[in-house]
Amino acid sequence: MIGAVGTLFFVLVLNFFLFRILPGDPERTLTRLQRSSPSTIEAVKKELGLDRPLTVQFFDYLGDTARGELGISYVFSRPVSEVIANALWPTILLVGVATLGATVIGTLIGIWGGWRRGSAVDTTSLGFGLVTYAMPEFWLGMLLILVFAVALDWFPTSFMSTPGLADASSGVQFVDTLEHLFLPALTLVLALLGEYALIMRSSVIEAMNEDYVTTARAKGMREALVLRRHVVPNALLPVVTLAALNLGFIVSGAITVETVFSWPGLGQLTFRAINGGPDYPLLQGLFLLFSVAVIFANLAADLLLGVLDPRIGRA
Amino acid sequence: MNGTLLEVRDLHVLYEVRGTKGPAVDGVNLSLRAGDALGLAGESGCGKSTLALACLGLLPRNATVEGSIRFQDTEVIGAKPGRLRTMRWAGISMVFQGAMNAFNPVKRVGDQVVEAILLHEDVSKREARTRMRELFEHAGIAPRRAEDYPHEFSGGMRQRVMIAMALACNPPLIIADEPTTALDVMIQAQILNLLARLREERNIALIVITHDLSVLAQIADRVAIMYAGRIVEEDSASELLKTPRHPYSKSLVGAFPVVGDPASRGVPAGLPGDPPHPEARPPGCAFHPRCPVAFEPCDTIDPVLERQGQRLAACHLVAREEA
Amino acid sequence: MSVRATSGATRSGRAVRRARRIEALRSSARLFARNKMGVAGLVILVVFVLMAVFADVLAPEARLSVTNAPGAPLQPPSARFWLGTDELGRSVLDLVIQGSQISLLVGFLATGISMLIGALVGIVAGYFGGWVDVILMRFTDWFLVIPFLPLAIVLAAILGRSLFVIALVIGVATWPGTARVVRAQVLTLKERPYVERARALGAGHRQIVTRHILPNVFPLIFANTILVVAVAILTETTLSFLGLGDPFSVSWGSILESAFAEGAISLGAWWYLVPPGLCIVLVVLGFTMCGYAFDEILDPRLRER
Repeated sequence: MIGAVGTLFFVLVLNFFLFRILPGDPERTLTRLQRSSPSTIEAVKKELGLDRPLTVQFFDYLGDTARGELGISYVFSRPVSEVIANALWPTILLVGVATLGATVIGTLIGIWGGWRRGSAVDTTSLGFGLVTYAMPEFWLGMLLILVFAVALDWFPTSFMSTPGLADASSGVQFVDTLEHLFLPALTLVLALLGEYALIMRSSVIEAMNEDYVTTARAKGMREALVLRRHVVPNALLPVVTLAALNLGFIVSGAITVETVFSWPGLGQLTFRAINGGPDYPLLQGLFLLFSVAVIFANLAADLLLGVLDPRIGRA
Repeated sequence: MNGTLLEVRDLHVLYEVRGTKGPAVDGVNLSLRAGDALGLAGESGCGKSTLALACLGLLPRNATVEGSIRFQDTEVIGAKPGRLRTMRWAGISMVFQGAMNAFNPVKRVGDQVVEAILLHEDVSKREARTRMRELFEHAGIAPRRAEDYPHEFSGGMRQRVMIAMALACNPPLIIADEPTTALDVMIQAQILNLLARLREERNIALIVITHDLSVLAQIADRVAIMYAGRIVEEDSASELLKTPRHPYSKSLVGAFPVVGDPASRGVPAGLPGDPPHPEARPPGCAFHPRCPVAFEPCDTIDPVLERQGQRLAACHLVAREEA
Repeated sequence: MSVRATSGATRSGRAVRRARRIEALRSSARLFARNKMGVAGLVILVVFVLMAVFADVLAPEARLSVTNAPGAPLQPPSARFWLGTDELGRSVLDLVIQGSQISLLVGFLATGISMLIGALVGIVAGYFGGWVDVILMRFTDWFLVIPFLPLAIVLAAILGRSLFVIALVIGVATWPGTARVVRAQVLTLKERPYVERARALGAGHRQIVTRHILPNVFPLIFANTILVVAVAILTETTLSFLGLGDPFSVSWGSILESAFAEGAISLGAWWYLVPPGLCIVLVVLGFTMCGYAFDEILDPRLRER
């Protein structure tokens, strides 16, 4: 817990100083997009408090961040916090669905592969995982669009909804969202699947070599029951931690996949922030959000592990 | 009932490692009646644990098993999986070494014992739990500890739980593989006493596997010494531990002072070298490279296990002395 | 493995060590040759490295001129243009060949930076221990938690669009993994008897590190490097795709960026999209397979599976 706070602080400090190492004066960079006279620049400098000593600026920054004041986006000319808030739900939806799918399917494949090591299913899934790891996920997304949306026209190519459906019934809108969600979610699931399967597989193999598995068999238990009752619960434990550590990767995956599909979430926002200037206040806000999300996910994983593994936390 | 409980005949177990096959058990014969207590001793790698697992049909897939293991009226080798599963635990149960990993770390110990009961007996969960608590008491564990997890027990207590679990289905035979290793001497004595007591009360046959002969002095009727997958000497416990004949037995007996016998607490004579790998068995007698009294036939002719009254020994020197 | 004794004169310590090292390299090479996956990976890599080295010959810069393109825009593959043309009429095949140079170069450069920092931190932390270790590891852990791509994006956005920046950014974002692995290895090596002996004989820190620690850590660093290159190439692709790459050079990622920007997807211009990605997949697979083969050499336990 304390570690998480420390990391959070580190992120805040990093965030603060990163954008201060921009070449040139911050106030010039911030006003770069608009033609500003020297007096305007001075005014901006004063307004943003950039004329005050660095330590004061830092505490201002902390205070502002705590209040959710993250500056004004260049690209949207609206508060960063507002822009981010609007893009939050699409990303949560996409990443949530994809993570769920990848974890469940990946775990099942991993269990099978570990239990029946060397079988055709095992070798195929290993190969599949190897290949998907080597693939840039956005390229996979583009291929899927080419095949399923452009060539076969089964799904829309981009965005989250079809324009003009705002007045349609919620049922129609729901289906519409699903149609748009399918390909991007599939892309992310395929990209993430390999790693979950691989980790679960190693975990199962390791668990199967433990003495308690021999004990269970000696007690006269059927293999399937041994797997279900003894191997899997133990094998799942490391997967939980590793899944959390993977969150950073999911975030990155989301950025590129949303870009390819023009999915209106945080990833797409990042893309627009990069190419719009770059839009530093927005980037700063996004970076902070991503980092905080990962920190919290790690924390949640630790707590979850504490609940699941009786060896942790008990006297 | 004094019929033969377990009969092992000409057992060979070969492991396939990286293309080569090596015998872990190389022609072993054993016989056990109800209530007997046999001690099986030898250094690590001599095949004793393999023998134990073979009796339960628990050898890994890369093991080839030949010969015969007959338990009551079941032939273990080649038995159908269903038959094996019925026999396991209810017929033969095991107490594993270093019970730390023998228990599932994420399940309560009580549940694990109940699991064993429910696998073989058609009783309700509640009945099984009651039985489990009785077993705990019998083994000297407070029944409330059934709610605890394995890591919350000390080594000695965990071993008791292991024993309680082994008794769960009232098996006529329990195989204890290194039941007292890694426990301190006081706890060792307690565990051995527990085993001895339970054996008497329920007429359970025991096979106790260990590398520490002092353990066997307390609990075994007969002792068999194993080396390189074979039995090299077998005798009544008292005889063998007092006057071992085979040079290997002699060094084993000398290496461990017998608890309660101060005279044996001399300087332990450690034996130089290591037992041979199964794939690299020396010609003639497998022990001859390390034998202090090896003589002419030892490096060419493999000695046969010969009977002399109660004793069996496979050694040219012993054979010569008998002649 | 035997050290041949020369008649009479004793060989110097250095000569003995060299002979030992050469023999070790030879046996590793033999082991590697037996590993089918590793050999396949190596073959793939050699092909691409050759492609990159001879890129200027195979796909002359002249043909990639923005203003004077040889073909019509966005044409599907034909006899003349095996992989079709891009939106300016340039041959996609030429672009892909040229792209190999930058993609591989940046990948290697980034890995070099990452390895340098990571190995340094790992060795210093592992060897000196104490509060140096604690501080360095805290720092490393913090870096590990920060999501990788956002950090790279932020750094690249701030520092500007150039190849060196990309390489630097990737290096900075990936060193923690190496540092951890190296430190773990150094910790085990520190306790080995020959290190204690050297210390007892009065060897200084530098000597111990260079003579005893480094040679034993090196194989591990090497195996790690192979896997990091794969990550670096993937990251360069991603960063270029997102628009952070050098606007004046061609890399596989930048080809995908152009393709995406020109709407190649909706136009169904698969010849523009598939080849660069395929190259990336092959190269990364090549590195990964080699990496696994090395892992097996280093860790004999993995071998008999």
